[in-house]
Amino acid sequence: MTWADILANSWDAIRSHKMRSALTSLGILIGIAAVVLTVGLGQGAQNKVSGQLSALGGNLLIVSPGSSTTGGVRGGFGSASTLTMSDAQALSSSVAAPDIGGVAPILQSNSKELDNGATNWTTTVVGTTQPWLSVRGRTLSSGRFITAADESSAAAVTVLASDTATQLFGPVDPVGQNVTINGTPYQVVGVLTSAGSDSTTNLDDQAIVPFSTASQRIVGGSSRTSVQTIYVKAASPSKLSAAYQETSTILANRHALTSSSTTDFTITTQQSVLSTTSSVDSTLTTLLMGVAALALLVGGIGVMNIMLVSVKERTREIGLRKALGGTPTTIRRQFLSEASILGLTGGLLGVASGVGGALILPHFISNPITISVPWVLISIAVAIAIGVGFGVYPAARAARLSPIDALRSE
Amino acid sequence: MADAPTLTRGLAPDTSPAPEQPVIDLGGIRKVYSSGTIEFEALHSISLEIHPGEYVAVMGPSGSGKSTLMNILGCLDVATAGRYLLAGEDVSDMDEDELADVRNRRIGFVFQQFNLLPAMSALRNVELPLSYGAVPREERRRRAQEALERVGLGDRLENRPNQMSGGQQQRVAVARALVTDPALVLADEPTGNLDSTSTADVLRLFDELHAQGRTVVLITHEAEVAHHAQRVINIRDGSVASDGQTGGVR
Repeated sequence: MTWADILANSWDAIRSHKMRSALTSLGILIGIAAVVLTVGLGQGAQNKVSGQLSALGGNLLIVSPGSSTTGGVRGGFGSASTLTMSDAQALSSSVAAPDIGGVAPILQSNSKELDNGATNWTTTVVGTTQPWLSVRGRTLSSGRFITAADESSAAAVTVLASDTATQLFGPVDPVGQNVTINGTPYQVVGVLTSAGSDSTTNLDDQAIVPFSTASQRIVGGSSRTSVQTIYVKAASPSKLSAAYQETSTILANRHALTSSSTTDFTITTQQSVLSTTSSVDSTLTTLLMGVAALALLVGGIGVMNIMLVSVKERTREIGLRKALGGTPTTIRRQFLSEASILGLTGGLLGVASGVGGALILPHFISNPITISVPWVLISIAVAIAIGVGFGVYPAARAARLSPIDALRSE
Repeated sequence: MADAPTLTRGLAPDTSPAPEQPVIDLGGIRKVYSSGTIEFEALHSISLEIHPGEYVAVMGPSGSGKSTLMNILGCLDVATAGRYLLAGEDVSDMDEDELADVRNRRIGFVFQQFNLLPAMSALRNVELPLSYGAVPREERRRRAQEALERVGLGDRLENRPNQMSGGQQQRVAVARALVTDPALVLADEPTGNLDSTSTADVLRLFDELHAQGRTVVLITHEAEVAHHAQRVINIRDGSVASDGQTGGVR
């Protein structure tokens, strides 16, 4: 008997017990749908985290002055900053720091009042240099960003974040208009695209000015080379730790530090902030995967159970098939292929339900669900494996039946 | 229809090389059932020959050993001792797979319970033995159709067993027995589940098969049924009690 005939026979048997076959497949369906959904949830969460990472300026190192234990209680800018513009320039060297892709020093004011005629808005004024845009992974919705020329001339120009622009100018494109900060008019040269907010700050409410402008005209009162924060971007995600090492070494050398206890700067990564979120997500995913695996096991045992009942019920059919020339091998193959078809049908429907769920569920829960094609393929393979695996024993029993006893059974 | 060459080839018995060779040649067949320490000899040294074209009824009360004999004749069971040549082929020492093959090629079974598969049409039921014999699909279909036409069910090809009467179902079963063109048609109480009309119907069919030269062995306990046969073998307590010609109805 050819495989095509065996499959045709199996299909007939499955069709003639529609309800039973449907219920058997349902077990596998639920298991596979659960696997697809939980893996999708896990992947969705991971994508969300890495999405947040890149929104914050992917591959970012944040260098802050002072030690982290005292950083919080130290005074405002100017009192104890140990980082300078020269530090930032040293980190920009592609020779000393080949794994660093960009460096943006930050000098940030307390809240300042910005005026556009009668309209005013209070926000943070941030002084920085040209690389800031790529280091923080931001884009412009109109105009241009600060240039090297603005920096060297301490030009009175500003780039507004989207919310700030809206508050001051409404829907009108403010590029070319002026805002007044500390009584000095600044020309608006560009507007940033909206980026939402990170955990602490609204990224869409700030005004960017050249670093030199901030130190000379806005913040003032301190060494003009002092820097509050240096953002360092690694050349690629895989070079983050190399960039960390280079930053640490260059700054330690420049500050003539001899041991780690005297370190006067702190380097933090966005990764360290987000890794907690990641690990919570992955724990949850593992837990859900365990539940899904259990569901699959139960589904598999369901298949075995039904196949065993089926062998018992169809004893006479097996006897007849043997009398007509069916060998133990063909009988075994038929029952195996029945179990596999049930497994495969359940698996395919399970994948369909899982994908359907992944499309519908995000409208009701906040978590995104990402369907992973390799996992879908793995799920289908698992469904077939369950059919075959749990079908082996019933099939072997069917093949062993003696034709006489089988024909006699009622 | 009956004069079409393909049909004739499909339905005429294959009496294999030498026409004189018996279809069934049993020599000293013994069958012992043992369970634990208890041994029970169901057949005591049975020897008999059945020749091509014979119509034989095997009779005997229940417990006589006639079912055991039928199982051995049908290659469903093997004898404990003795020789069994089926159409010249020694089946005494065959393994399970070889026996399955012999059943498929040499024997057409008709059972008391019809044993049709309920999920399949009459045509697919009749095709079943051919599919175990690896006959190509188109040929299978053609031969099954011919066999069904032969038993007068040419118009019920696509009917399922539950859409047919008992008599019709048994005729489908006879078609299934004939479709492989077997050396031996072995019927086990074929009328046991039928009313008198259907019984007459099915027996007429067997008579026709005999008339066409088929070798038919019919196991029964009804004298009326056995009366149709040419030769009646009576089994008592595991031995042949009598074996003689009856003249039959034809």
